[in-house]
Amino acid sequence: MAHEAIDQERVVASPWGGGQSPFAVGWPKLMMWLFLVSDTLTFAGLLAGYGVMRISLGRWPVQSEIFNLWLVGAMTFILICSSATMAVAVSASKRGDRPRVIPFLLLTAFGGMLFLAGQYYEWSHFIHEGARLFANPWGIPQFSATFFITTGFHGGHVTGGVIYLLITALRWTRGRIQPESIEIAGLYWHFVDLVWVFIFTLLYLI
Amino acid sequence: MTVTHDHAHAEHKQSWITKYVFSQDHKIIGIQYLLTSFVMAAIGGVLAMLIRMQLGFPTWNFYWAQWLFPGGFSGNQMKPDFYLAVVTMHGTIMIFFVLTTALSGGFGNFLIPLTIGARDMAFPFLNMLSYWLYPPAIVILLASFLVTGGAAAAGWTAYPPLSALRNAVPGSHMGQTLWLMSLALLILAFLFGSLNYITTVLQLRARGMSMGRLPLVTWAQFLTAILMLLAFPVLLAAAIMLLFDRHLGTSFFVPSGLMIGGQLVTHQGGNPLLWQHLFWFLGHPEVYVLILPPMGIVSEVLSNNGRKPIFGYPFMVGSMVAIMFLSFLVWGHHMFTSGMHPLVGTAFMVTTLIIAVPSAIKVFNWLATLWGAKIRFTSAMLFAIGFVSLFVTGGLTGIFLASPAVDIYFQDTFFVVAHFHFVMASASLFGLFAGTYHWFPKMFGRMMNERLGKIHFWLTFIGIYATFFPMHFAGTAGMMRRIFSTGQYEFLRHLSGLNIFISLAAFGLGIAQLIFAYNFIASWIRGPKAERNPWKSNTLEWQAETPPPHGNWGAHLPEVNRWPYDYSVPGAKDDFIPQTAPQVPAVAGAAVDDTEGSPPKP
Repeated sequence: MAHEAIDQERVVASPWGGGQSPFAVGWPKLMMWLFLVSDTLTFAGLLAGYGVMRISLGRWPVQSEIFNLWLVGAMTFILICSSATMAVAVSASKRGDRPRVIPFLLLTAFGGMLFLAGQYYEWSHFIHEGARLFANPWGIPQFSATFFITTGFHGGHVTGGVIYLLITALRWTRGRIQPESIEIAGLYWHFVDLVWVFIFTLLYLI
Repeated sequence: MTVTHDHAHAEHKQSWITKYVFSQDHKIIGIQYLLTSFVMAAIGGVLAMLIRMQLGFPTWNFYWAQWLFPGGFSGNQMKPDFYLAVVTMHGTIMIFFVLTTALSGGFGNFLIPLTIGARDMAFPFLNMLSYWLYPPAIVILLASFLVTGGAAAAGWTAYPPLSALRNAVPGSHMGQTLWLMSLALLILAFLFGSLNYITTVLQLRARGMSMGRLPLVTWAQFLTAILMLLAFPVLLAAAIMLLFDRHLGTSFFVPSGLMIGGQLVTHQGGNPLLWQHLFWFLGHPEVYVLILPPMGIVSEVLSNNGRKPIFGYPFMVGSMVAIMFLSFLVWGHHMFTSGMHPLVGTAFMVTTLIIAVPSAIKVFNWLATLWGAKIRFTSAMLFAIGFVSLFVTGGLTGIFLASPAVDIYFQDTFFVVAHFHFVMASASLFGLFAGTYHWFPKMFGRMMNERLGKIHFWLTFIGIYATFFPMHFAGTAGMMRRIFSTGQYEFLRHLSGLNIFISLAAFGLGIAQLIFAYNFIASWIRGPKAERNPWKSNTLEWQAETPPPHGNWGAHLPEVNRWPYDYSVPGAKDDFIPQTAPQVPAVAGAAVDDTEGSPPKP
């Protein structure tokens, strides 16, 4: 019986022994991580669909002749910069540097809006040239279909992220939220950027 | 510091609406999920009766069916389109709207916080939202019976091109769109639920409740939530593409050169196999979403009613983890006849056969738990033992079907129908019944009638075998899975007698469920009051009041001192020692239920 008592001491002392978070994080942050895992799989499903289409159809248009890579490169750069400004906002909130948080949150949201403006320009240019979900002037209809669905789904995430950032900024000015909420918003924003890196590589570059 | 004081908990004045309708209490949400699922089970069951009516007695006048679905019949004969819609909706409802929602939504919600010693889920509001996406999904799904063309008819797997082209079959019209929308809502509900379950199990365990002391039922719910979190998003992606194919003219799933009604379809270049890959990447984990929670429930019920510790606890957990991982690697075994490269088929065969190992570990551990036990044959126990029987019967035919060479012959025959109705559908249903009989006292504070429960068990057990076992023979004789009538082909005509037998057994099985419905409702209204721990169980939920109040634990959270399976410990006063009982019984007095001294609810 004595070893059982020792066992109980060991269990209670362990971070996994209950009564606390094993990762020393709050549940909102853990939940955001889990959501991002799940969202990754949605994007993975869409990108797998794209991959299957491209491989099974064989004669894919040459992207560099169709896309304006300067524009997309600039959009990518802006999005990555917005990740950097987000990181500044998060670290400022953690340091307790309250006034620094808002401008950097707004800058991040502005970066997102610039990205969306670039996407709007790209889409409208594309549509003007005759690209539709079911047809495009460069051949295989799946080329434009996968493009619109994948970038559209990502654009939806950016739009949601911009709104999320603005709400977070508003709540921060009113003193309703803790630094951890800024960090959670940051997790989402970095995720959206990371997904874009994959989309940029798979759809535009290779 | 032995107890954790809770600051968040305060007794609010709650209106009836916030307490029982838009409740954020995990117990109410669990019961809401369970009751709604039972209503859906009745609807899915009526659809099953319609299927058996058509296959067994195609020429009879079933006035109630014609009254219920006036559009589905011409003269006294069921329309083939309607039959396909009924088959599709039966599968969809039973898998997504009954078993997933009852086992994960119902038992997951009710049991997870109680068994880990938490006051509620991590995010109660999200939990409420999860439930309230479910009724709209039901309304949309059932409304599809009323739209032009009727309900979706492409099967629960919604294979394109039937599901992708609006003029393929009548059910492909509006019905399929509603089917997809309804499922999208439900996927969202499952996503919210599983986020909550995983976070709650990881973060909110009471002091002393290490992962190694979690009851197996909670382990099962935890692993199921991980499966749902990873599998359903892929279906969501596929559903988005399918909706685009249907309404916006893309061609992800529609191949070139397809003729429908003598006309060339304008879509081109799509790949219907892409849907199958994406769907089964969800679909196979989904069947484990249906079977893991019953495995947990059965482990609990067998150990409790056998008055013995569960045999091989680490292996029980390990085998569930193994099943969870393997379930993502076997989806190809649904597609052996799709023209898959034989090497790929062999790889999927190997991963599929490997699943037999953890499954067998579980079965043998259950049997070892029963070995030499003083078994208490409660209704819950009977259903738990029945589960093991059905799981073995269905699992064995699973080994047949895992072999591509055999599967090519059996693909889409009634052999497959028999297989998954045993291993997935009936076994899960038995887990659901076992769980209901076992936890009903904690949920509603009243006991269910044991005599009716036993009658229900024997009729259901015999009814299941009588219904589904002969389907193996029909399948071996070549009867196709969704065929409208055995009269369509000469070589199937001799099966009409067999199908009449199956139909009669199915009607009996259906009627037997009325006993359960009566028992459930009558016990809820005027069953004898349940005490705190009627089954003399160790797990935490039985240490709470019956039924547990809002916040579950009064002023102090429980502290856990031991694993949940200390049954018949030699030298102990009782044959059970609750998880809250302090260790070193020689000093503290053997097996004292320390919750007796806990303060009354605030």
